[in-house]
Amino acid sequence: MTLTPNLTAHWDEPDSYTVAGYERHQGYQALRKAFEMGPDAVINEVKDSGLRGRGGAGFPTGMKWSFVPQGDGKPHYLVVNADESEPGACKDIPLMLASSQHLIEGMIIASYAFRANHGFIYIRGEVPHVIRRMHAAVRDAYAHGYLGKNILGSGFDFDIVVHGGAGAYICGEETALLSSLEGMRGQPRLKPPFPAVAGLYACPTVVNNVETIASVPAIIRNGADWYSSYGTEKSKGIKVFAVSGHVNNPGIFEAPLGITMRELLGYAGGIRDGHSLKFWVVGGSSVPMLTEEHLDAPLSYEGMESVGTMLGTATPMVFDETTSVVRAITGWLDFYKHESCGKCTPCREGTWWIDQLLHDLAAGKGKTEDLATLEQLCAQILGRSFCALGDAAATPYPQALKLFRSEFEAGTHTAANDLFDPAAAVVFSGVKTS
Amino acid sequence: MALTEETRAQLLEIVARYPVPRSALNPMLHLVQSEEGYVSPEGIELCAEIVGLAPAEVAAVATFYTMYKRRPVGEHHIGVCVNPQCGILGGEAIFDALSSDLEIGNDETSADGKITIERIECQAACTYAPVATVDWEFMDDMSVDKMRDVVAKLRSGEEVQSSRGPVVQGFRAAERAIAGMDDGQADAGANNADANMQRGLTVAKEQGMPAVDGGLKS
Ligand SMILES: Cc1cc2nc3c(=O)[nH]c(=O)nc-3n(C[C@H](O)[C@H](O)[C@H](O)COP(=O)(O)O)c2cc1C
Ligand code: SF4
Ligand code: FES
Repeated sequence: MTLTPNLTAHWDEPDSYTVAGYERHQGYQALRKAFEMGPDAVINEVKDSGLRGRGGAGFPTGMKWSFVPQGDGKPHYLVVNADESEPGACKDIPLMLASSQHLIEGMIIASYAFRANHGFIYIRGEVPHVIRRMHAAVRDAYAHGYLGKNILGSGFDFDIVVHGGAGAYICGEETALLSSLEGMRGQPRLKPPFPAVAGLYACPTVVNNVETIASVPAIIRNGADWYSSYGTEKSKGIKVFAVSGHVNNPGIFEAPLGITMRELLGYAGGIRDGHSLKFWVVGGSSVPMLTEEHLDAPLSYEGMESVGTMLGTATPMVFDETTSVVRAITGWLDFYKHESCGKCTPCREGTWWIDQLLHDLAAGKGKTEDLATLEQLCAQILGRSFCALGDAAATPYPQALKLFRSEFEAGTHTAANDLFDPAAAVVFSGVKTS
Repeated sequence: MALTEETRAQLLEIVARYPVPRSALNPMLHLVQSEEGYVSPEGIELCAEIVGLAPAEVAAVATFYTMYKRRPVGEHHIGVCVNPQCGILGGEAIFDALSSDLEIGNDETSADGKITIERIECQAACTYAPVATVDWEFMDDMSVDKMRDVVAKLRSGEEVQSSRGPVVQGFRAAERAIAGMDDGQADAGANNADANMQRGLTVAKEQGMPAVDGGLKS
């Protein structure tokens, strides 16, 4: 399958993020068209395009917008989820830096469609440059009359607030994000009610990922048929993939859904020279890992399901044969343990237990029964946690055990760093072998 | 440094962005850190007074988030991503080297007060692994040698530029930018689309892949 630069098509032009740079390539034409179509037609167009949420769960975007009650007399809100903190995910940050106006135009169109006059961009706190860039982009859009009162004479008013968070992965979960944006601890809330009915300030709210919203203008401009001509039956359209790790040319690749990892690896220059693939993780650390045998499975929602994983963020991390899988899994569990918000017991306590047993195995001090205990712990957390972070924490280990059992067994007598010299996995020279 | 009337005015400026004052707490606490180097008790009280909450309620919020510090951070903050993608590709080695050079551990500050180091999680920059941050600006494709060089420059007061363009100006200045205060660096590094970000675009152009959305130039 060929690559299809769409959101990234003009990244070779240094001002791609400005209104001026964007307008050179049909920027803000979709907004004009949307105002002519009317709000309901915009929702239908997005429904027909087959666009699904790019934040990981893949919920149909047009359908989400149609859940917002109309004529309810309450303010509606759009909140863009720019928290991007899932290990491996690294596509929204580049999009905000280089395609800032795509996001803003998409926000205006979306909000016009489900009748919101206020939008927020919730950006993870650790990226001042992205926060600066989006503040400036919003100022740029106001200065050109695309934000504010009576936009382009349409009678539609829309304002955007750029919000910097403060370092909490859980704030990417949509209800935790809303708690955080209300000035509270970023802990998830019970669903239902879903945000579309009772979200920010208990008003109807759509939470969408950066890439989801940035994809909207091209769909409106070129039509649902154009967009759905890319991709597969159940996974329509174009996706921003980010390939990282032990490859020769890591980076951003935009392609139709359904491209394979073998193809993407080819475009990324292959596994680093002199090495071979050990495992790859397609959707962020929260999805089961895959190996060589899955390289030809389509990178689509259903294609990844068919091999027992999830497309998630579609940002594959690649690890070669120098990598200790025990070390990788332990590192990810350190992360979940640190990021557990503490609200529910299975996740708060379970991540500590899992992490502790994994550290024992990584140190070569595990017990034989730890392998089964870990499986039980994961099974007890999965489906019993308050939010999907708990499920995510319970996901990496069982699959890794299935694929690389002997490495975990070795954890009863040999440290991971003795089995796999960490220096061999490092991509720069000068690190001493232990 | 005491919180001044100017700080109060800027906090009110942040509150004015939001439909509900309490929503402003994240950036307000960042602004407090930019003045105090950490979230001080005085800062918590001032925020509480402005948004109409009890100080204990604001403290409860502040303690939830990793970026809010309870002890003063050094002049510069260095983060080293140790989440597995970066950690395995070299992040752990980088952290160990800095830790032994500076003789400090995680979340500690060098004796001269110049540098705080922190093991940080995935920074959404994995295609540039291993990644570090200086005052929360990206330092992409790092190595032990490159980071040692950065530390030497920070200690001698030389200019350090992020791989994405901005010049680092200290932890406190970074906190102001995170609070949304304009520091004139929004255009640094233009669109930041380096070879890594343009990887797919470059392949598409080289291999003459067809245009999408009238997008690709021939
Ligand atoms: C722990 C956790 C972290 C999440 N982090 C993000 C994130 O950083 N960005 C994102 O868009 N969605 C994230 N999500 C998914 C959101 O809850 C939500 O499904 C998404 O923002 C909806 O947008 P979409 O329909 O456009 O994908 C996360 C979910 C969980 C459970
Ligand atoms: S699963 Fe974890 S992150 Fe989610 S509510 Fe429970 S403790 Fe918090
Ligand atoms: S793992 Fe370090 S930036 Fe993602």
